[in-house]
Amino acid sequence: MSFTNGSAPRRVAFDEALARKIIDAELGREGPLLPILHALQQEFGCVPSEAEPLIATMLNVTRAEVHGVVSFYHDFRRAPAGRHVLQLCRAEACQSMGAEGSSRRLLEKLGLDWGGTTSDGNITVEPVYCLGLCATAPSAMVDGEPRGRMNAAQLDALVAELAAEGKR
Amino acid sequence: MKVFVSLDAGAIAVGAERAAKAIAAEAQKRNLEIELVRNGARGMFWLEPLVEVATPAGRIGYGPVASKDVASLFDAGFLEGRPHPLCVGLVEDIPFFKRQTRLVFARCGLADPFSLDDYRSLGGLRGLERAIALGPEEIVAEVKRSGLRGRGGAGFPTGIKWETAARAAGTKKYIVCNADEGDSGTFADRVLMEGDPFTLIEGMAIAGIGVGATQGYIYIRSEYPHAMRSMTKAIEIARGAGLLGPQVAGSKYSFDIEVRVGAGAYICGEETSMLESIEGKRGQVRAKPPLPVLSGLFGKPTVINNLLSLASVLFILSEGAQAYADFGWGKSRGTMPIQLAGNVKQGGIFECAFGITLGELVYEVGGGTSNGRPVRAVQAGGPLGAYFPPALFDTPYDYEAFAAREGLIGHGGIVVFDDTVDLARMARFAMEFCAHESCGKCTPCRIGSTRGVETIDRILAGRDIEKNVALVRDLCETLKFGSLCALGGLVPYPVLSALKYFPGDFGMAVRPAAAAVREVT
Ligand SMILES: Cc1cc2nc3c(=O)[nH]c(=O)nc-3n(C[C@H](O)[C@H](O)[C@H](O)COP(=O)(O)O)c2cc1C
Ligand code: SF4
Ligand code: FES
Repeated sequence: MSFTNGSAPRRVAFDEALARKIIDAELGREGPLLPILHALQQEFGCVPSEAEPLIATMLNVTRAEVHGVVSFYHDFRRAPAGRHVLQLCRAEACQSMGAEGSSRRLLEKLGLDWGGTTSDGNITVEPVYCLGLCATAPSAMVDGEPRGRMNAAQLDALVAELAAEGKR
Repeated sequence: MKVFVSLDAGAIAVGAERAAKAIAAEAQKRNLEIELVRNGARGMFWLEPLVEVATPAGRIGYGPVASKDVASLFDAGFLEGRPHPLCVGLVEDIPFFKRQTRLVFARCGLADPFSLDDYRSLGGLRGLERAIALGPEEIVAEVKRSGLRGRGGAGFPTGIKWETAARAAGTKKYIVCNADEGDSGTFADRVLMEGDPFTLIEGMAIAGIGVGATQGYIYIRSEYPHAMRSMTKAIEIARGAGLLGPQVAGSKYSFDIEVRVGAGAYICGEETSMLESIEGKRGQVRAKPPLPVLSGLFGKPTVINNLLSLASVLFILSEGAQAYADFGWGKSRGTMPIQLAGNVKQGGIFECAFGITLGELVYEVGGGTSNGRPVRAVQAGGPLGAYFPPALFDTPYDYEAFAAREGLIGHGGIVVFDDTVDLARMARFAMEFCAHESCGKCTPCRIGSTRGVETIDRILAGRDIEKNVALVRDLCETLKFGSLCALGGLVPYPVLSALKYFPGDFGMAVRPAAAAVREVT
């Protein structure tokens, strides 16, 4: 998941003309495919499968190649995430501060596995392997905003906050 | 009245934004004129959000400041640097800070990272100016003489890499800055990009002139949105000021930089995989030869350096190779921004000359664990680094000394664990991480790592422990020798060190720790 311009991705229905415009804007770069995929995901909340043949034609590569790239990188989604994306760090420094336990408890409480979205579509919980906040572990990122010292109580408070927002 | 609150993501993560807002609001309420500067991080994250005020005696700090503390800070007269329970005194007198030799991080945290005037007045651009005066050959010679080795992990001499690229035939050459910083426990690249981005731009421009490259890329992981925005903004400012473009700082050299964003693949920190990724391909590792310096990005000669390597050349150029080499010892010259992380009381960036011992770092600098429990292990060098018990804390911080004990300093991360850590679980995690991040090119890495997870699971369940431990060791041998890159090749380090020093965690007979230690010393 990435937030290239600092805001959560929008979620609009696939629109070929718009997709073309987005792809076209990146074509001047050397090796434009990753920037294109990021830009599409920013607009549509995922890399829509309808975009793959379009990219292939515009970059003059095969659709299989495009698909191979999309599927290689953990960031690119095939379907939009929930309204909020909560990434919890699972890497070593966060583990040393008890992240595994607090993450597991949270997932259980929400009835989710890693990568799952709450049934009301409000929160997607994803694993992340280091956010570079390892001196104030455990770390999390919510909709692109970093959170440190996220012990179990802080996590609960954050999720309650997101749930309340979801109901508004 | 100048008040400083960091804009670093690590500070924001613990409330710097809220603290800054509360200070601005409170000042307005009290009709006080303050200048709120959003500076880079000082690197002392246990104090964040750290609020500093400029006083005639120097900058006085208060931290960690929650928004609810702000009114009382004003009441106490913090704007004049008066006492308050959160006061930490003169920031530069804090032992953690005072003990450092900050060459790479010399400017970080002092000023607004986007002010070129501040940058220049704090010594910025002197390296680039001298580089332009020296010309390409002398730049490369100077970097070679400094003894600088790559800070990304492998420790390859930077000057030799530059020399090879400079001599390579080619019409177009590239500088790629590796800012993928995927290792857990490391954040120096991030902090520098957010706190002193012009330093990286200057370092890359020097590299470009040195090897005759005209285009640079900074590959930043997508987990670092703040760093990405910071670099993009700084590049625009630098371009506007003529530091990048057809005539770098008014010289005859042309150089420009573009930011590229990763997509959540640890393996893209490996240099050839990174090139594939920039080219728009799956991030699969390339076989070498050809070496990237001869045929790299789009088949052109390419220097790939870690961000800290590039940031280190400013001092080398401005003060001379010898001045740099005077720090450190043996084959490890200069300084390393070491990152103390995890369960540590004083976590942050500690830049110092090579040679300090691991124990000094963990206990004296870091202050032990954050919860006061005994330290049981540290993992140095990221997810592919070894776990060291306190019995090995006499190891000096130096590439060769760590290698001699089957460890690595990697990108400078040290993750501290207390006595509740289960090293068998950490070994399992290392294998799981390898399986998760494998680029899929070699069978031992792709499949062996998953076998490793399953086998350790059987050990954790107490099934046929001796037999399964032997299997894990075999698997590690296969990984060491059957892997194309260091992901598969080094994952045995954390696994075998956990087995060696913490056999009890695997349910094996525990030998006295000293015996295991003696074997490697
Ligand atoms: C799996 C793997 C991950 C790596 N990750 C990084 C990284 O995040 N940053 C980095 O600078 N080097 C990383 N490296 C090392 C690079 O391949 C390369 O050695 C380095 O960028 C060279 O720059 P230097 O000589 O300045 O260290 C990684 C290597 C491997 C095998
Ligand atoms: S060791 Fe693993 S990550 Fe490295 S090239 Fe082989 S499969 Fe890819
Ligand atoms: S290990 Fe979790 S932020 Fe670095």
